Amino acid sequence: MTVADDSSTATRALVAEASAALAARARWGPLEIAFWLAAIASVFLLPTKHLILTEIAILGLFALSLDLLLGYAGIVSLGHAAFFGFGAYAAGLLAKYHVVDEPVLALLVSGIATMLLGFVTSFLVLRGSDLTRLMVTLGVALVLREIANRLDITGGADGLQGIVMEPILGRFAFDIFGHAAYVYSLVVLFLLFVVARRIVNSPFGLSLRSLKGNPLRASAIGIHVNGRLVAIYTIAAGYAGIAGALLTQTTQFASLSVLDFERSADVLLILIIGGAGYLYGGLIGAVLFKLMQDWLANLTPQYWQFWIGLILVIIVLVGRDRITSWTDPIRAFVQRATDRVWPRAREGG
Amino acid sequence: MLTILFDGIAYGMLLFVVACGLAVTLGLMNLVNLAHGAFAMAGGYITVVLVNRLGVPFLASLPLAFLFTAAIGAVLERTLYVHVYAKSPLEQVLFTIGLVFMSVAAVDYVMGSQQQFVRLPGYLQGQINVMGVGIGRYRLLIIAVCGLLTVALQFALANTRFGSRLRAAVDDARVARGLGINVNAVFAVTFAVGSGLAGLGGALGAEILGLDPTFPLKFLIYFLIVVTVGGTSSITGPFVASLLLGIADVAGKYYVPTLGSFVIYTVMIVVLIWRPQGLFSRGTAR
Repeated sequence: MTVADDSSTATRALVAEASAALAARARWGPLEIAFWLAAIASVFLLPTKHLILTEIAILGLFALSLDLLLGYAGIVSLGHAAFFGFGAYAAGLLAKYHVVDEPVLALLVSGIATMLLGFVTSFLVLRGSDLTRLMVTLGVALVLREIANRLDITGGADGLQGIVMEPILGRFAFDIFGHAAYVYSLVVLFLLFVVARRIVNSPFGLSLRSLKGNPLRASAIGIHVNGRLVAIYTIAAGYAGIAGALLTQTTQFASLSVLDFERSADVLLILIIGGAGYLYGGLIGAVLFKLMQDWLANLTPQYWQFWIGLILVIIVLVGRDRITSWTDPIRAFVQRATDRVWPRAREGG
Repeated sequence: MLTILFDGIAYGMLLFVVACGLAVTLGLMNLVNLAHGAFAMAGGYITVVLVNRLGVPFLASLPLAFLFTAAIGAVLERTLYVHVYAKSPLEQVLFTIGLVFMSVAAVDYVMGSQQQFVRLPGYLQGQINVMGVGIGRYRLLIIAVCGLLTVALQFALANTRFGSRLRAAVDDARVARGLGINVNAVFAVTFAVGSGLAGLGGALGAEILGLDPTFPLKFLIYFLIVVTVGGTSSITGPFVASLLLGIADVAGKYYVPTLGSFVIYTVMIVVLIWRPQGLFSRGTAR
């Protein structure tokens, strides 16, 4: 009797401790709040830049989706554009043939459809080494591109034209300056970011990190490795699909370029610039990448890809860790300052 | 029917010559070199410049293309690639994609974005009739050159001292070093030869594959298919895979043009799932 009581109180204490640790991990830091305040401020302070900001928000969401795969589960992908493109075409078709007219609902439907595709293809990446995964994901993207190229309904190389978007929620119409589009994209990005944050700070997210570190040991402590991989692959696919759908809805056009190999390569670059594994990497990377691309395209309109390539080469040669570690002193400083004014439970590791 | 088969074989042989360098770097040196097609493109453009602008005879330009590309490969290996051998596949992929982007933009800048054609000498044009089967002379040349190369490669890997050094260096670089094998030099030579072969393949294939700045990206997947389907543990695997791919692609485009490249991509995925080490591998996972 007393033994049972003891063990149950001990269990309860353990549970309390674990959930306290999880809650501490999940608490919003001041830097994060500042980041999102800056994003909100950009809506009002940079009204002339809304078109490019929309692109950044979409790229950021796309990179966030890859971050869930690469940064948390350690799955490398060279064909993430497959899901982006699938979502883009899904949203385009829904709007063009008036299946689902309301953008938000169409966004959800496209996302869920892409999740299904992600679920089906996730079984392809369970087996094999990093190299096999790279090629399988690349192959899936190529197959989809070929399908989009051949089908009549997708318009082939001409792209999906004649998409007319209804107002968001039936009230806010898309305008040519991109104001509505930007606010819409930003809201979607923020909501999905909050969900992603919730996912990676949950026990599920922690188990992903453990199996990224060592799948064999993770399975030894009772984590169903393949199940987790399928789950996160499906979720990440949905994120990428919604990013693609957003692109179609805000530009009212979808072309084969959404499935291009370059898009998969670009999103990898974005994530590497920003740093993988802390969710903000994709967003920061998207801002830097777009600014860089804009600047390079102004310098050499036709040949900016050369400089993007050069940056990739340099990043690898110098070392990824050293590139992204430039934020470390800042983060450490903020961490110390926060601990002083806003004490929080210490995280383990 | 037989003409298609013949064309397919020529196409497959061409793919093999380009891709075997990739099979060596990927399978033996564990380097994911997505920039391999860039070397083939370099070979193609070197031939175009030599033949069309400088008036070098076509046949003489082929060994020159090999040498030039091998030299480029050797320089890049010593200066850049040597730093990425020990890195993860992801970083190698990023690095080589960077190289691809750079090469595409650089060639676009220097040569323009239009498609290039090599001026073939008269004796290589047209067809000859063998028992009612039309055989392109140029394709006959390709098959002859590539067949010879394949035999030479197989011999070099299996029966020469260099071949055994290479295999030793790959199996265990540290022990090989301990035995007095200069592993770095072996890798450098192998990489240079692989690039050179790609260059030669690009030179020969400029006419059949089409040559423009996006060449490395367009054919990347073909080379990868050859390597993944064929496995990387031998030369014969990629060889058979190239032939199958060449014939399947030519026949597929001829008989069912609506499907396009769809079939071969699907085949690649299925093979990867079914046998991640390649169809013809000896089954020793590394």
